[in-house]
Order: sequence, then C-alpha cells, then structure tokens
Amino acid sequence: MVDERIVQELARIVGADQVSTDSADRILHAFDATQGRFLPEVVVHATTTDQVSRVVRLAHEHRIPILPRGAGSGFTGGSLPIRGGIVLVLTRMNRILEIDPDNLTATVEPGVVTATLQREVERLGLFYPPDPASREFSTLGGNIAECAGGPRCVKYGVTRDYVLGLEVVTASGEVIHTGGKTMKNVVGYDLTRLFVGSEGTLGIVTRIILRLLPKPEARKTLLVAFASIDGAARAVSAIIRGRIIPATLEFMDASAIDCVRRAMDLDLPDGCRAVLIIEVDGEPAVLEAQAARILEIVEPLGVIETRVAATAEEAEAIWKVRRSVSPSLRRVNPDKFNEDIVVPRSRVPEMIRALEAISAKHKVPIVNFGHAGDGNIHVNVMVDLKEEGMRATVDRVLDEIFRTTVALGGAVSGEHGIGTAKMPFIGLELDPATLATMRAIKQALDPHNIMNPGKIFPEPASNPQN
Amino acid sequence: MVHLKDLADYADQISQCVRCGACQAHCPVYRETLGEGSVARGKIALAASVLAGEIGLEPRLTEELSLCLLCGSCVAKCPNRVETDGIVAALRRRVTDEQGLSTVGRGVAALTGSKPLLRGLVRGAGLLAPLVFKHIPTTSGLRLRFAPAVLRERTLPPIPARNLFDRVPEHSMAAAGRPTIGLFAGCAITYLYPQVGEGLARLLTSFGYGLFLPRSQGCCGMPALSSGNGALLTELAEANLAAFAEGGAETIVTACASCGGALTGHYADLGEDGRGLADRILDIHQFLDREGLIARIAELPGQAERIRVTYHDPCHLRTRGITREPRALLRALPQVDLVEMDEAASCCGLGGTFAATQAELSRRIGDRKAAAIAASGAELVATGCPGCVLQLQDSIDRAGLRVRAVHTLDLVDQALYGGHA
Repeated sequence: MVDERIVQELARIVGADQVSTDSADRILHAFDATQGRFLPEVVVHATTTDQVSRVVRLAHEHRIPILPRGAGSGFTGGSLPIRGGIVLVLTRMNRILEIDPDNLTATVEPGVVTATLQREVERLGLFYPPDPASREFSTLGGNIAECAGGPRCVKYGVTRDYVLGLEVVTASGEVIHTGGKTMKNVVGYDLTRLFVGSEGTLGIVTRIILRLLPKPEARKTLLVAFASIDGAARAVSAIIRGRIIPATLEFMDASAIDCVRRAMDLDLPDGCRAVLIIEVDGEPAVLEAQAARILEIVEPLGVIETRVAATAEEAEAIWKVRRSVSPSLRRVNPDKFNEDIVVPRSRVPEMIRALEAISAKHKVPIVNFGHAGDGNIHVNVMVDLKEEGMRATVDRVLDEIFRTTVALGGAVSGEHGIGTAKMPFIGLELDPATLATMRAIKQALDPHNIMNPGKIFPEPASNPQN
Repeated sequence: MVHLKDLADYADQISQCVRCGACQAHCPVYRETLGEGSVARGKIALAASVLAGEIGLEPRLTEELSLCLLCGSCVAKCPNRVETDGIVAALRRRVTDEQGLSTVGRGVAALTGSKPLLRGLVRGAGLLAPLVFKHIPTTSGLRLRFAPAVLRERTLPPIPARNLFDRVPEHSMAAAGRPTIGLFAGCAITYLYPQVGEGLARLLTSFGYGLFLPRSQGCCGMPALSSGNGALLTELAEANLAAFAEGGAETIVTACASCGGALTGHYADLGEDGRGLADRILDIHQFLDREGLIARIAELPGQAERIRVTYHDPCHLRTRGITREPRALLRALPQVDLVEMDEAASCCGLGGTFAATQAELSRRIGDRKAAAIAASGAELVATGCPGCVLQLQDSIDRAGLRVRAVHTLDLVDQALYGGHA
C-alpha cells in the first residue's frame, strides 16, 4: 500500500516533482501496447542508479509492487502494473556513457532509445544489430527485459547476443554487476543472460554494456514472388542450406499480400501467393555473387518474378511493401491478436500449412508475415470481437496455434515475451520441472514478490485499484 | 455554416489508438520532456478518461494539454492515422468552455478577433520598431502568439509600416484565358512579412494569372484553435468562407504552411462549407509545381556565385506530404546551392500558442534546430512558413549564428525580379 508517508519518502529520494499520485499521471502510466489497463498507485521518474536503488529498497521494506517502465511499447503486458504499486519510469535515464571503438562496446543507461544508439555508433562505422520494429521508440532497457529481436536476427542474433555486462538493482535494493567489457568471462554463473529476458521480474537494469560490430559496408535487397507459400517456405531452408545467411529473410503470405493490395497500389504479379524479401550485407564485391546465387537456389521453387534493387530508392520501395502489412491489417477486421511464434526453420512450411488449416476450420482470417529466416512468424488472428461467440473462437484458435507450434519443436514467443498475455500458454511449452526451476530462481532473487509481480508465471492476479 | 466538433465526436478516433507508442519517435515535445503526457498516446489516454467521466479537467491534465505544438507529426506517422491534433484542440475547447480563456488565449482573442486593432498595433509599432521594438509592450500584439513576458526574451523582425493590403490591390486582372487565383495571406504575411505576399503577387501576375486578395479575409484561426477558443474559431472561419465565396477564384493559394494546414485540415472538420474551402486550397509550392512554373524557373541561366541555402520543413507542409516541391523550387533557382541539413524535418518549436505557454521548451526545440543549421554551413535557411521564419531567426540569433531565415518566395523574388532576399 502506498500511503502519504511513502510518497514523501519517494519525494526525498528523487525530488518532489518526479513523484506523482495525481490521477492524470496514473492514467498515463496504466497501459502499454496491449489493450490492458491497470492504474499504478504512484509514478516515479528516476535518473540515477542510486535513486533506483533507494526506491527499490523502500518498496522492499514496505512490500510494495514495483516495476520499471521504458517506452511502454511491449506487446505482452510486461509494463502493466497489474498489482498497482510503483511504476518507476526510466526514460530520462538515457545517457550514452561511452562508445569504445577499441573494444567494440557501448555503455549506456536503460532509457536510451535503441535507434538513437544505432545512429550514434553508425556515425563511427560501428553497428548494433538488434532491430525490433519498435526501435525508433523502444528503449534498450526494455529490449533487454524482453530480449527483443527483429528482422536482422537471422544473421546477427537477438539482444542477448549483444549484452556483455549489466548493472542491476536487485529486489532488495542492492547494486550488482554482471559480466563486463570482455568477450570472454567465465567467473561464476552467467547472470547477464539470466537478467536478459527476465521482464523486470528479477531486478532493474541500470547500466548496460553492449557488444558492437563493424558496420557492414553495403547491402543488397531482393524481392522474390512465389506462386505458392510452400515454395517460399522451402526457399528459406534452401537458401540456408546453400550456406548463405542473409541479413534479413522476411516473408508475407497470400493474406498479407491481399491486405497490402487493399491498402495501396501494390506492384506485384497476379498469381503471386507469397513473397520473400531478402537482404544480404557485407563487402560490395561479394554481394552481387550472393544475390545471383540466391536467385539460382530459389528458381526451381515456383518463382514467378524476382527483383534486385539497383538503388537505395528501389530497396526502399521493396521494404515499403513489407512495412505496409501491419498498418493495413485493420482493414481485414477491427481486432487483432498478434502472436510471435517461432519454429525451427525447417518446420516453417508445416507451420504455415497448419495455420492455413486452422484459419479455414474456424473461418477466421489469419494473416502471416515476419522473420521466416529464423522461423519467427507473426501470426495475426483478425476478428471482430463484437460478433457473438468470437472471443471463445479466438481462444480455441490461439490454443490450436500454440499446440501446433510446440509440437513442431517451437516456442510460443520468439521476441515479445510472456508478460500476462502469453501466461496461459507457458505450461504448453515448459514441463513442470523446468517451470519449477524458474520459479525457484524468482523465489530466491525476489522472495517477497515485489518485482513486477503477476508476470510470466500463472498465479491469481488482482489489483485492488481497478 | 460552421460546426465545431466536440470531444465526444472523436470517440471513435480515440478508440483507434492501439497505444503502440510509435508517436514517441515523432513528437518534438516528447523528445524534450520524455514524459508520457507529452505524446499523442498519452493525450489520447487522457481524452478517453475524460470521455469516460473518470477524470475532470484538472490542473495536471490541462498542463499536459498545453504540451502540444499541434504540428500533426504524430498524425502523419500514426499507423491508424488517429487525429490527435483535432482531439487536443477539442479538449482545449472543453477547458475553455469550462474555465474560460487563459491569459495567452485572451491575447489571441483580442488580436486575431479584431482586425482594426491588429492593423493599428502593427502600424503604431512599425514606426518605432527599428529602434526599440523589444521594449514596446504593445508589440505583444504583433506576434499574435506571444505574451509580453515571452516577447522580452525574443528577437523580432522590424515591423513594416505598410502591410500587404497597402501594397497589393484586392483584384488584379488575369491575362486573356488565364485563371484568377485567390490568395489567403494570413496574419504573419499580411503584417510581418508583407514582402513575401507582394513577391507572390508579382510572380503570379507576371505569369498572367489574375489575383484576388479579399480585404475581408482574416486570421485562419490556428491560434484560436490552439488556445481552445471555439467561438472565435467559428467566427473567423465563417468570415473566411464568406471572403472567398465570391471573387472568381477557384484555386486559393497560401504561402503560410500553418494557415494552409488549418484551412485544409481543420476547416475540413467544420462541415460541408469548410470542406468546400479546404478543397480549393493549395500551398504555393504545390501550385508552382502543378502549373509547371518550377520548370520555367529552372530554365533561367545559372549563376556562378551561388548562395548556400538549407531548407527547413515546416510541420504543416511536411505532414501534408509537401516536401519535394519546395526543394525542387530551391534547386531550380539560379542563385541557390541547396544543401540538406540534419533533421530538416524536425519542428522549429513555434507551434501556435506553444511558444507563449511553453517558452522554455519552445526555445530548447529551437536550439536543436539552430545547431543543425550551423552544422550545414548554410548562409540562409529557407522555409515555407512565416511562423517558422520568425522562430528560426530567433533561434539563430540566440545561437549567435551569421545565418538568415527567409521564405522560399523571397529567393524566387530575388532571382526573378532582383528583390532583396
């Protein structure tokens, strides 16, 4: 319970103007990119590790739920204060502390926006690859909490592959340090990886050491139109088997293409039922040959047209097709259930066939697109919840999708996290012993369950405020 | 008849916001405050709560409401095109209806509502302007949007003694077979930068177009919209609709991006008559492009010694998709060497009444712009909005740069008629 005394304590730590229990401020921090809404009891802005530590210590002493918040752009409810308590906003803790070209590292605070860091390091010829669709506004702290991915992950890996070290405020308010600026480090447990993807349930990240790469000199963008989704899905494996790993390997199925067609004048051949957008990067001399090799590999798989961008403008036109999918979805139906399942690359064709079957069986449009190269498919179940019985249908559809995913050796979330949205499905994937191990870690690090309580693990949740 | 939308009319729009947060990347105010209340998503959450009766128009809410430039950047980039600018304006009108006008709002009302007063103030101040304009309390009116306290902090252009209506006749005859074009001048061009309007008139008439500059036109209503004064907005809109109902001009051009934004965007929300006027409005850059005049200008022999010019995108052109035409015009000019600056598309920070209600933030946004201009190495920064010219010059002066802010039409006039840019 946050009472007047707590508010005064908080004000002493961060300053009175950085603490608010005003209803406007509580409304402003009650949501994220899901449709959920839970009012926090108090909103606190912090800018230093010491402030974060002291705020958490106070929460710990009084057993007040606390969760860190960055851009609030997550898709699974990770930053919803479902038990009320303190929302600790870190958007103003946003300094890039160092970019080290000798060690290829960047040291940043959690509120730095991902694209801001990318622009800064690219000025120096360096590269931070993880590129979630939200990178122009999501924060690195949030990216770490969810282990964000993006199109480039097929070649470059996800956020966890770029985190070398962390400063973390634990649930008792202690400040700990994991990893460091070196690539190699085997001293004790790998706590860095434990905190990456922990969704704010184990501690609050206050400083981040990231690994950088040299920026690829050039890139080449291709669009390949297929007569069937099956051909496109098989092309993905064929390219990898051909020992080429593109920087991005994105696909759109027929329903996604139709969606875009309705929204804009789409220049694609009739009979095109699937599209792959492929980008290779690296030394300019190698790229021509790689592009040619890719076209050669995919040729026998029902290709009806190929395009290789000759200029930056042509590449941009190709990407525009892909980027137009999300905004055009609402033309299909008003309500969207956006899932980000992932299956082993070789099972993508089976998964797509299963999705088509589920869609036909329940007579519900399912639009599929996304990161085919790493098996991460954005499955959008498009419905109108105003239709009677639709909610129940959606639940059945999602259940079938997740069961199929797991049966194919996949995971119910590739890059969005569990939060509250995927909580009912975690048991489909994790066996009881594995789940118990995770709960034991949570219990050990946060015995009073104050760090973002009610997330990841199914348990009765209620917020007396709502 | 003009009908102003109430907040409740936006209920469906409000429900279209999916809280994705993309607006954070495009809001010039959020970039400075990093507070959820500054950005579209937050304002829409507050609007939804107001509609639901969950929260009243309390001080924290009105404070957040003042943190909006009405630049429309969020609307242009929103995946669902939610009309946050309209929603904020409707919320501000609710505040005004309930709590009365703010000090700044009363200033706006006194000035933009009364043309004789506005004209008188400009004339009176103009005589003294070169010497002491910074210290004349009455000049507060000249800025339309600036309270006296803010004015003391700003550098201002000298006020011309003769306004646009003293310089350009109401009707100029068209050459045989050529159309007559209406000119919506707007306050800033009429009173502060009349040479821009005069140059525009010279340009159009020399190419054979007729020109109709009705004296009964007034303020576009943007400051009234910005300050939540629905009654005044209605009055101004009706006057402008009447002003262009006759005169034989089908197409109406503006050289003020903000006026154009109001006339095409907000007027379209005012019912059928408003939409009718909105459909007739073209920005001057669009007009020159459409009529092939940019190509004609490009035929002029290039000059050896060129001025290095960078271009600033006014929000109210950029969000209407007008980014190519002004650049094409500048490239066509024989004396101009166009260089792009970083963040050409970021707001100058003026934003309706924002510069008055949020002076400190407005300056911070302006400082960013000045730094980008300095880095471009340009001698001039050209733009398509007199409001931006005013704010850019002030930011430049504060940064101590030797750069001048001009309207693109100033450069056209210089190239074609030897005018002073």
